[in-house]
Amino acid sequence: MIEQDLKNFQKITQKSLPTFEGLAQGHRACQGCGEVLALRQVMKALGPDTIAVSATGCMEIITSSFPQSAWNIPWLHVAFENVAAVASGVEAGLKAQMRKGSLPEKKIFIVATAGDGGTADIGLQALSGALERGHNFVYVCLDNEAYMNTGIQRSSATPYGASTTTSPSGKHSIGQNTWKKDMPAIAVAHRIPYVATANPAYHVDLMNKVQKAKLINGPAYLHIYSSCPTGWRHEIDKAVEISRMAVESRVFPLYEVIDGRYVLNRNVKKPISVADYFKPQRRFRHLRPDDIAHIQARVDADWEALQQKVALTNPASPEPEAVSNKKEE
Amino acid sequence: MSTSSAIIGWKNLTLGCAILEPGSSRKLKTGEWRSQHPVLDKEKCIKCAICYIDCPDIAYSQNEEGYFIADMTYCKGCGICANECPKDAITMKMEEE
Repeated sequence: MIEQDLKNFQKITQKSLPTFEGLAQGHRACQGCGEVLALRQVMKALGPDTIAVSATGCMEIITSSFPQSAWNIPWLHVAFENVAAVASGVEAGLKAQMRKGSLPEKKIFIVATAGDGGTADIGLQALSGALERGHNFVYVCLDNEAYMNTGIQRSSATPYGASTTTSPSGKHSIGQNTWKKDMPAIAVAHRIPYVATANPAYHVDLMNKVQKAKLINGPAYLHIYSSCPTGWRHEIDKAVEISRMAVESRVFPLYEVIDGRYVLNRNVKKPISVADYFKPQRRFRHLRPDDIAHIQARVDADWEALQQKVALTNPASPEPEAVSNKKEE
Repeated sequence: MSTSSAIIGWKNLTLGCAILEPGSSRKLKTGEWRSQHPVLDKEKCIKCAICYIDCPDIAYSQNEEGYFIADMTYCKGCGICANECPKDAITMKMEEE
């Protein structure tokens, strides 16, 4: 089934990057924004035959300050909680119009984008419904690990120990005192055909995952790590570097789940320490060595659990697919 | 000033306040935000397109010779291109220099 959907799949390489831009210049993102970078790469891979639906969040406010729009494709803005519901409606509407003949038969991709707040907190119920109903759309969660647009409030995707304005660090507080919600696992639990995590530092890998997600018939969920210089308090030129460090320290592993089969895209054999990953980010500056050791133990356990899932769902255990765009030393 | 491009009278509003012109944000010249700008050393450049794909502001485009050049109308001067360039061909210079 999935093999059939992917028969037109053409791999994007560094030499054959798509020239299409779904976003235009002049958007109002902060300098060095890692989230709009991820969104741009997603839109490049989706191509011009796409309808985008955005929940409230950074990517909505920066692209649509009235009366201007940074979108080159049809775009809808909806409330925080219902992006997946509206995307399902768009998909069902197009299907009905094509069946009745009021719209010519054509493959139109539907993408719903939301931040981590719009996905893991407020939009979770609508997302779960849309995944369960099996609409043919791509859901992209751009995870910058807090509500950045309204002023860095914690969300359920904020990692343990991060200081935000509603979980400030101090004498009696470590910052965020709960662990990050595992959204990809929730999506996998719906048994949808395609779930993947991606990262703009590995842009070829990201764009190929978006291509697979759009070609596969049925719902696809992409969880994309996007760094935020404003909220994470790091240098404006470090967005891509920190994204790469998140993978190299095993904090954000790159994997895809195709019909329940886990594929590890980047097997980090010699990880850097979590302390190195935390160092350029001021939101983790208050952490003491024993706190970091506590987080390191959790990261190692999560990696071990992921390895087990890979081994469990791949009886033959083939070599993990290498990510081709590693930075040249 | 850039804000003048974003003023619209109520008589010109479309039904449902829909924006009918795609990509109209190009009227906002975000290059005004910049405090430093990238300078490319063509001797070192290998035309790998890393700067092009890692630019959040879509400022880079390829010229006839194949080099990727940043459009200073939109470059916000974040410096990701200089940080990511595998050959260190891009350096950030302060605006007044």
